[in-house]
Amino acid sequence: MLLVPSLAVSAILFSLGVLGVMLRRNAIVIFMCIELMLNAVNLTFVALSQQLGLDGQVFVFFVMTVAAAEAAVGLAIVIAVYRHRDTVNLQNINLLRG
Amino acid sequence: MTVIAFWVFAGIAIGSAFLCITRKSPVASALWLVNTLFNLAAIYVLLDAHFIAAVQVLVYAGAIMVLFLFVIMLLNLGRVGPSDMKGPWGRVVAGIAGLVLLSELIALRLALPPGELVLPPGTVAGTVAARGAVQAVAQPLFRGYLVAFEVTSVLLLAAIVGAVVLAKRRL
Repeated sequence: MLLVPSLAVSAILFSLGVLGVMLRRNAIVIFMCIELMLNAVNLTFVALSQQLGLDGQVFVFFVMTVAAAEAAVGLAIVIAVYRHRDTVNLQNINLLRG
Repeated sequence: MTVIAFWVFAGIAIGSAFLCITRKSPVASALWLVNTLFNLAAIYVLLDAHFIAAVQVLVYAGAIMVLFLFVIMLLNLGRVGPSDMKGPWGRVVAGIAGLVLLSELIALRLALPPGELVLPPGTVAGTVAARGAVQAVAQPLFRGYLVAFEVTSVLLLAAIVGAVVLAKRRL
């Protein structure tokens, strides 16, 4: 009953996350937008698990684990970059440019 | 009733997500994202995923967002400086790309799952009611996905070691 609206809401949230990644330059805000995208995917899993069985909810666990690991490592990278550059603005960070 | 509650929560979640990506201050963004996560937890309850909703509040809105706010505080980013949004051209390009992505996703999701895979309505709700919210999720997790569950612990260990190594003063 709620399947189609849930999928629509999840699509909107995912697009908002992508929009945020493209609009912002602050590395921490971009990380938060990535969390938003992961949550949109979780909403898809939960909505479909209502019709296709509980395996979808198990997958949400794994997504949450990966999200927690990604947040911990990503924020450690942000802190390490901030120590070298004194900024988290991605415009000023070009470590990988040749 | 359920449908009205769903749309209320969904509206608040989408509005908060929009505010999250448009606020200038990272702290405001983080707090709006917490609001989105809480409303998603409420939607999970409406979708018969009670345990996932509890974990969402504990892990996402609790642990992960506290980590974000802690880093914002550590780097002293709370003060409002010049906006970090891209210029008008960047906004136009991002808006067009976002709309294209949204229409693609909506078009993809109009295709419903094939009928032979769909369980009879009420099966999941019945399982949750009969076995309890935790056992209904724990049984597939510790039977069918046991290997993946164990591998997850290795992933977490790698994340811990990686975070410690990266955050050390000398790289």
